Amino acid sequence: MRLAEVVEALEAEVLVGRELLERQAPAAGASDVVSDLLFFGRPGMVLLTGLTRASMIRAAELADVAAVVIVRGKRPEDEAVELARELGMPLLVSPHSLYDCCGRLYVRGLPGPIPACRRAESEEDS
Amino acid sequence: MLGGGFFLAGRASGEVKRRLGETGLARELARRVVIATYEAEMNICIHAISGDVCVSVEGKGATVVATDRGPGIADVEQALVPGFSTASEKARELGFGAGMGLTNMQRCADSFKIESEVGCGTTVQMEFRPRPTDSEEKPG
Amino acid sequence: MTVAEAAGALGLEVLTGQPNLGKTITGACVSDLLSYVMGSAKAGNLWITIQVHPNVVGVGELLDLAAIVVADGQDPETATLENARQHGVTIMKSRDTAFVVAGRLYALGVT
Repeated sequence: MRLAEVVEALEAEVLVGRELLERQAPAAGASDVVSDLLFFGRPGMVLLTGLTRASMIRAAELADVAAVVIVRGKRPEDEAVELARELGMPLLVSPHSLYDCCGRLYVRGLPGPIPACRRAESEEDS
Repeated sequence: MLGGGFFLAGRASGEVKRRLGETGLARELARRVVIATYEAEMNICIHAISGDVCVSVEGKGATVVATDRGPGIADVEQALVPGFSTASEKARELGFGAGMGLTNMQRCADSFKIESEVGCGTTVQMEFRPRPTDSEEKPG
Repeated sequence: MTVAEAAGALGLEVLTGQPNLGKTITGACVSDLLSYVMGSAKAGNLWITIQVHPNVVGVGELLDLAAIVVADGQDPETATLENARQHGVTIMKSRDTAFVVAGRLYALGVT
């Protein structure tokens, strides 16, 4: 799904990355815990989160997240917006709840992250 | 109530919820008191050395006073900004420290007062009155 | 939809609160931030999270949530399960990630 479609599905405001909306996202994941999102396991994912700090943007970049959507209409802190700009990380804000955002993307066919049980298997194989 | 630990956190609020159920307070009002009490209790557990939360019911309303002994808050205005938190990384990993505790209290209470002294502690005083948006339904 | 129906439809493993599976689900909340859940989840909601520590039980009980679903195959701590049994809180587990649990519930019409 193109990020432009994610924007439409989530009725999101684009704070950073308006020029990057043709980027493809293979999956989406929901997390409010920084150390959890690091394990999403699919490069290029859309992160749906209620976190608003720069530390979340930093972790998203480490996890190869392709775009961050902050939910519930929450405003990211200024440092988070600046860091997103610096890293070229699209940053969106959706007025909808995390649950609704998950639902809206799921019913449009976007898969989720690699579940922990399958991550363990793929680590054993490699 | 002892601070610095999460394990017992929430028990006091649970007790408050049970007792409020016996008072016949309107359900929505009781819910707002419970949420605010929980946030006060969590702040004590996360930040303070020890504290007390006192809940009293008067007629159709209630008052909650939370007093703690602890580091206090250096900049109260900043602490009231939604999203601001001084909680540790560990606390955040557990889902605390989102910086919404005081915000939740302000939203739930009909009057909210906070006073703090660095090196001493913090007191939060909240009053709850029936709102037009509360339903008349009593807890079942 | 009741908790039992959701458990069946989503393949959830019921860990505690078996007597309460007839509760009707009023909506759902996905969050790992306890204060967020305290401030916005409604009585009868299903709460989807990866938090496994005992404090989730307090939230479930205080808000009269229908159940807590721990996602991504995470195992609630022993103290969490004991706490839940003591307070009559239903905890279920899913191997799916929070995104997928939420998506499937949403697709079933829970809003």
